[in-house]
Amino acid sequence: MNQTETFGPIGRRQFLRAGAAFAALAIAPIKLLASMVRPEGAFQATTVEATLAELGMQPVESSDIVLETPNIAENGAVVPVTVTSSIPNTSRIFVMVEKNPNPLAAIFDIPEGTEASVQTRVKVAQTCLLYGLVEADGKLYMTTRETKVTLGGCGG
Amino acid sequence: MAGRIRIRAQKQGEYTEVKALMRHPMETGMRKDAAGEPIPAHFITEVAGKHGEKVVMSAQWGAAVSQNPFLGFRFKGGESGDEVSVSYIDNKGETGSGSTKIR
Amino acid sequence: MTTRKVLIAALAVVVPIASAVADGGVFDEYREMMGDDNPAIFVIEEGEEFWLQELGPKQVSLETCDLGLGPGVVAGAYAQLPRYFADTDQVMDLESRLVHCMVELQGRDPEDVHAKPYSLRGDMGTEIEALAAWIADQSSGVPIAPGQDQPQERAMYDLGEQLFYYRAGPHDFSCATCHGQDGARIRLQALGNLAKHEDAASAYASWPAYRISEGVVRTMGWRMRDCFRQQRLPELIMGSEASVALQMYLAVNAAGAPMSAPGLKR
Repeated sequence: MNQTETFGPIGRRQFLRAGAAFAALAIAPIKLLASMVRPEGAFQATTVEATLAELGMQPVESSDIVLETPNIAENGAVVPVTVTSSIPNTSRIFVMVEKNPNPLAAIFDIPEGTEASVQTRVKVAQTCLLYGLVEADGKLYMTTRETKVTLGGCGG
Repeated sequence: MAGRIRIRAQKQGEYTEVKALMRHPMETGMRKDAAGEPIPAHFITEVAGKHGEKVVMSAQWGAAVSQNPFLGFRFKGGESGDEVSVSYIDNKGETGSGSTKIR
Repeated sequence: MTTRKVLIAALAVVVPIASAVADGGVFDEYREMMGDDNPAIFVIEEGEEFWLQELGPKQVSLETCDLGLGPGVVAGAYAQLPRYFADTDQVMDLESRLVHCMVELQGRDPEDVHAKPYSLRGDMGTEIEALAAWIADQSSGVPIAPGQDQPQERAMYDLGEQLFYYRAGPHDFSCATCHGQDGARIRLQALGNLAKHEDAASAYASWPAYRISEGVVRTMGWRMRDCFRQQRLPELIMGSEASVALQMYLAVNAAGAPMSAPGLKR
């Protein structure tokens, strides 16, 4: 899992080569950036608790994280999420969806000079809590917010 | 037809706001097609945003990120005309990329 | 001048679009957060590529296809469909016209084109969906003005109106059962009164649309077909007389409002 094979500056040919190498070996995960280490266990975990255990950190509630999600989503397939942290030295932002088959949806690395605020859209299987987690100076902070998922109009 | 990324990068004071839309099915592996056959998992696992050669955003995703994913972030230091690029790689090793100039 | 023509003439001047909807604004926050980042932008690009691609036994592109404004003229063409075409002696919608061009210009088998016009689950789009997205985008801002000068076009409207109110199927439903009254909803979703200009305009102008729940662009023809499915009626065939008639009915009711497709829908 920790064995990595890196491919340098992004170019289509290198990616193709990377793809071929992947097909041939099917062992080494392909990386966009050498620095990325995928916490596969956390992505595979099926509960919020198990995800946090895999990440090896227990979060404390923080009012310095703003989690913006709609109160009611017209469609659970696409729920807009914005997480903004005013905690100093924020280095990573996590988005989790409580009742999804795998709660961990995304991890964002925030380098120096990038605002600790990310916007994305996630699938929300059913009405539940969304988690915005922030890692700063090795500690984990969190806030939650409920999003209600409604059934669509004509069934599809 | 996969692989495309549309990017908008706009200067906002000292920050540059980047909004990227990626063409990708983001299949979870849990759905079935019209014939009842499982649709294999196919989703973006890593995303990198660069200002020139400098990495200004990197992300790791699971299949819960929505189809045709959206990513928005802001970084310091961009100037009008600078190149901003976003790339991804998915669980099948397929890649996509796109670039634009800061407006 | 018929009453309807007077109405169309009047509507061409004033172009109100419904903003207040019957869901009481419960989804406003969600829609605002979605913003204007519509993934249909990819499908529009793919549609233009299909238009230019040399396909079929004759290996030619659709570049000389006449959508009603002359061979190869795409800008503004969608807004004037459905319309009467002398070369086929038929009133056609976009989809039936595209099939006609694929058969006549590219030498393709219409059965192949009809085999899978719309995406199924797991698909990223079909040729028809992509072409419709691009062609409709080329009418963005153009007032809806379907053909109503020819008797065949007016007859098609009358047929569409008849179908709109025609009750059938195991539930004894008509289109009007859901879409013939003001302020109706299904679950939390507003159901427009499509017999009225305001609601017909906001509906018609926004199709084709990127359907968030399905991740693909759906066409106006698909919308009609899926309403038939909801009514438990037999499958509505793409480009069939019934499909064209219903689209003509909606387009005329919507006339004067500017096109704003591809829309972004739940």
